[in-house]
Parts: sequence; C-alpha cells; structure tokens
Amino acid sequence: MAAPALLVDNLSVEFQTRSGVVKALEGVSFNVAKGETLAVVGESGSGKSVTAYAVMGILDAAAAVTSGRAVLGGLDLLAASKEAMAEVRGREVAMIFQNPRTALNPIRRVGDQIADVLLRHANVTPNAAPREAIKLLETVGITDPVRRAKAYPFELSGGMCQRVMIAIALAAQPSLLIADEPTTGLDVTTQAIIMDIIAERASATGMATIFITHDLGLAAERADRIVVMHAGHVVEAQRTRDLFAHPRHPYTQALIAATPGHTSRLAELSTIGGNLPDLRAAKLPACRYAARCPRKLAICDSSLPSIDPTAPEALACHNPVSSPPMGEAA
Amino acid sequence: MFSLIFNRLMLAIPSLIGVVIVTFLLTRALPGDPAAYFAGPAATEQAIAEIRAKLGTDKPLIVQFGRYVSDLARGELGNSLTTGQSVAKEIATRLPASAELTLIGLMLVVILAVPMGILAATRPGSWIDHVTRIVSTAGVSLPVFFTGLLLVYVFYYRLGLSPSPVGRLDVFLSAPPHITGFYLIDAALARDAEVFVAALKQLILPALTLAIFALAPIARMTRASMLAVLSADFVRTARASGLSSSKVIVTYAFRNAVLPVITTLGMVLSFLLGANVLVEKVFAWPGIGSFAVEALIASDYAPVQGFVLTMAALYVALNLAIDIAYGLIDPRVRISS
Ligand SMILES: Nc1ncnc2c1ncn2[C@@H]1O[C@H](COP(=O)(O)OP(=O)(O)OP(=O)(O)O)[C@@H](O)[C@H]1O
Ligand SMILES: [Mg+2]
Repeated sequence: MAAPALLVDNLSVEFQTRSGVVKALEGVSFNVAKGETLAVVGESGSGKSVTAYAVMGILDAAAAVTSGRAVLGGLDLLAASKEAMAEVRGREVAMIFQNPRTALNPIRRVGDQIADVLLRHANVTPNAAPREAIKLLETVGITDPVRRAKAYPFELSGGMCQRVMIAIALAAQPSLLIADEPTTGLDVTTQAIIMDIIAERASATGMATIFITHDLGLAAERADRIVVMHAGHVVEAQRTRDLFAHPRHPYTQALIAATPGHTSRLAELSTIGGNLPDLRAAKLPACRYAARCPRKLAICDSSLPSIDPTAPEALACHNPVSSPPMGEAA
Repeated sequence: MFSLIFNRLMLAIPSLIGVVIVTFLLTRALPGDPAAYFAGPAATEQAIAEIRAKLGTDKPLIVQFGRYVSDLARGELGNSLTTGQSVAKEIATRLPASAELTLIGLMLVVILAVPMGILAATRPGSWIDHVTRIVSTAGVSLPVFFTGLLLVYVFYYRLGLSPSPVGRLDVFLSAPPHITGFYLIDAALARDAEVFVAALKQLILPALTLAIFALAPIARMTRASMLAVLSADFVRTARASGLSSSKVIVTYAFRNAVLPVITTLGMVLSFLLGANVLVEKVFAWPGIGSFAVEALIASDYAPVQGFVLTMAALYVALNLAIDIAYGLIDPRVRISS
C-alpha cells in the first residue's frame, strides 16, 4: 500500500477545565489513503471534532496534545513548528465546518474571503485573485458567480454558504479535506448536492477526504471506509460494506441498530443503553464502553487491545460480536 | 447609505425640538432672578423691574418662548448679561478650544486603549493583559480633576517638563491666524512651527487627563469584544485556512469587534464633553465648559441656553457619525435601514 495521505498514530488530547482534566482523546489511531473518503462516526461528544482540530492545529488554548503523531506528506503536524503549520494549514489540509452561515465572516464579501485564501496559498497576484475566486465559485456550482462574489454571507442561503466554504477549503487544492458535519442543518436535497460537490472535487484532484458525521446512513452512502469513535477512542474501522455486514464491536452494532435504515421500522429501532462516561473521571476503565457493554469481560476494565494505525481495519475489543478472527482482536 | 443618513437626520429633529423646549424651561426654572442679580444688592425694586422689562422676563412664558424661538431661527443666541458679549460669537470662539482638546484626548485614547484591548484579548494572562486590567481599574477610580492636578504636579511642578497649565498658548506667543480655530491645525497651515509646538505642549496634559479618564471603558470594551469574536466560528475558519495571524486578528476579528467599541467611544465622548468642564477649570482652558459654569453661577440664561443647545447639536452629530460608521463597517446595517 502506498503511504497514506494522513496517518494518525496514538493521538491523545486533554482539556484543562475548571472542573478537572477532560481526557477527550486517548490513543486515537487511523489512516486515510490518497483519494479515499473516510467517514468518522460516533455519538455527540465522542471526540470527532477534537481529532480534526488537533490535526489542523486549531485546538483552543485549554487543550494539550499529550501523545501521538499526525503524519501528512512526511511531516508530523503535531510536532511541526508554528511557521511550518501555517504553511500546511489551508494548503495541504483544509477543513469545512458545520453551520456554514456562522463559519463565514459576516462583514466580508464572500469573493474577498476566497481571495484571502488564494493570496495566502495559491500563486496568484492581488489583481488576479478576484477572478480566480469567481472561477472557484463556478466550480462549486454557484450560478451567477460574478454577482455572488460580491454578496455577504447573510445574503446567501445555507447551502450557498456551504458551497462558498468548500470553495475556500479547496482554493489551494489541498491533499486532504476534513469535513466536519458539512451538511448538518441543510435540507436533504442540498445535503446531497454538497456531498456530490465534495466527492466530485475529491475524485478530480485525488484528494483524501475525512468526513465527520453522526449520520451513519450518510456515511454508508458516501464513505469507502468508516472509523467508529466512542468517548475519545477509536473502537472499530472497516470498509463500509463490511462494517454494515459484520459489525464487530458491540458499540458499532448498537450504533447500527439505532440508525433508521431502509428496512427497519421505527418500532424496531433500538437505542444505545447508558451514556458516554464522564471524561473528567480520574480513573476510567481501559475500554470506555465497558460500563454500557452487554458483552463486557473482566479484562475490559484493565486492558484494551491496541490498534495498528497503518492497517485499513481496526478493532479494539476483547469480546467482539461475530467470529471471523482478525489479527487486531487478538 | 444615503437613506440611512437621511432617516437618522429625520429622527434627530424631534430630539432637537425637545432640547429647545427643555433648555428654555430649564433656564427659566433656575433659582435666582437674573434681573435682581444684575441690578446688584443695592438696587431698588423699581430698578429691578426696569431691568426685567428690558430682559423681557416680565412677559408671560409663552411670549418669551416665541421670542426665544424666533431668535434661534436667526442663529441669535442672545447676549451674555455679565459680559455683554454675543453668546453665539463667544461660543464660536470657545467651541474650537474644547473640540480640539476633546479630539486630541480621544485620539490618545484610541491610540492607547484599542491596541491594549486587542493585545490583552489575544494574549490572555500575559503581562499586557494584567497591565490593561490594572489601568482600567485605576482609570475608573481616579476623578478627572485629581488626575489633572496630579499630572500638573508631576510634569509641571516637579519635573518642569510642561509649560504652566494656563490656557491654550504661552502668553508671549500670539494665536495663529484664525482658520479652523484649532490651534494645531491653524499653526500648521501658517507653517508656524514655534506656535504649533507651544500649542501642543499646552494641550498634552489636559488631553492626557481626558484620555486617562476614557482609557478604562475603551480598553475593557475592546478586550471583551475581541475575546467574543476570537471564539467565533468564522475566526476558526480563517485560522483553519492558514491566514496569517495579523490578517485573522485585524481583518477578520477586529473589524467584527469594532462595532461595540465604536458605541462605547460615542458614550465616552459624551462623557468627555461633560468632563471637559472640570478639566477646563483645572487647566484654565478657555473652552465652552468653563464658560457655561461661570454663566450658570451668575444665573446668566443666554450662555447656559447656548451651551446646552450646542451640546445637544453635538450629541446629534455624534450619534449620526456613529450610525454612519456602523453602516460603513457592517453591511447588515446598510440593508436593514
Ligand atoms: N474546549 C473544550 N474544553 C473542554 N472540553 C472540551 C472542549 N472541546 C471539546 N471538549 C470535550 O471533548 C469531547 C469531544 O468533543 P468533540 O467536540 O470532539 O465531540 P464530537 O464527536 O465532535 O461531537 P459532536 O457530534 O457533538 O460534534 C467532549 O467530551 C467535550 O466535552
Ligand atoms: Mg463535532
């Protein structure tokens, strides 16, 4: 296998808060190949956004990366100097966010916001930047881009703003795009359009995509592979089809059972028992799902199977659901 | 944009009418009979009545009001009883003195407080954050006349760095030819470096006094507003796009944070116009504040009325300027008006 676009290895992040240290991420490992779309799924609070922010180097001041690497194009983003990161951010790896309306500067014309990024990262002159910005608006399917470039975010719809966000993210043709719930809050048609645009750009440039969502259905449709996170751990990773056919971690199974599919009726829909553990607790069980897990063993409190960050599959469970034996589960 | 300005001007008209009525009633309701004050303690009842007739204060209020309004319409603010001078003329010469002082004070505030607030917000917990907090607290708790006297004591009396704190210009120099009434500008226009420097030296201490007074609210508001904006989603986007930190802080964060700062600036400026009275007293500054206080003590209506009206007009102009600044900075304001 060729070197992955991004390799995250044993990433741990803690937040210093007034009510204690939040161990938001612990030993998170996964990889994305070039041109691949990787979905990261998990309940709210499972650490999906924190993972993305850590990779981007935009964690807030209360956060500390306590271990791990995030290797992109030979550079460890977590150890890189401020200057080196400033070059990478927006150029090699770009990010789009939830809430496109608030994610854009409310008092700056969208064309100028795109031009700012072009001037920073792409080799364009100040004179050419507005024209390039308009071209980018065109590539993300905005009609009448000349007029729209002069608009302010409040004059555009949510879907339109998200297209502008994509244009900003793709301005420098990054090798990795992280999309953190890019379609939450948009209607279904717009959702599909936005996802199509991202997929189309990704296949056009060979860009890797990390698609963060808690919508398993959307992940099933769009992702080549899925990483499941729970309470700051990666619990499982598999090819999309395999994951749905043979979920191996009890949490993945519960998550799929709790997702409305084509076949299941609402009555058959189950909920996941229990809540996420309090990440501020001084002593968390080795497996953070243990307290909610119907298949818990004694060993689950004290040890957790480790994950190979370079493998396409991962499983962090001593007592996985169905049998086909896998190396990682040993 | 023009409709915004026009709307705000229209809105200002009722307040101006209100001010005209209130100043009239207020000055009539002031304790003390100007005629009696004028005639002096030894005057007879008849002499006082004569003066009253001359002043028109023996007429019914409504008649007095009619005369007052028609005078106003002609730009006539009456004459001061104590000096006999035309109030309009007096204000015209004194207003630039106050305005120059206030504006320089304001410039000092903006130059000091805004960067302080920004740095405090971008480096929470650093020494500049602590300095900002200390200065903010100290600035609020020091009364203006005290700061003024302290500055005079230190810089004039102790260190001898500044000229004697009396008026706008050293007595041995003559004022620059009157063009704007702002000595600094007039001296610069007349290419008179000596007068320019002398006027600047006189200005520094009173302007600094005003600036110290206004520093706290502006620095605090800049800091708070910047902190709020720096945690906004669009700043995160700008950071994630790898924009330089100066671009993120100035173009993205500060331009969004500046609106509440401008509002505070407007409020502070209104306060400064009031604080002027004390500063002008301390520094013997020939502005409209000291003029109004003297007139008030002498129950001299016309100057007081003139002063209040001038202030009201300034407030209206100030608010209009703030609205225009809002419209220029925030496109949403332009559209919604
Ligand atoms: N600034 C912060 N200070 C303290 N704790 C934080 C901070 N940001 C995140 N956390 C904690 O980190 C954990 C993971 O949060 P994160 O935002 O990554 O979740 P998520 O998976 O993105 O959830 P969602 O689906 O709601 O976006 C949560 O327990 C959260 O409380
Ligand atoms: Mg999130």
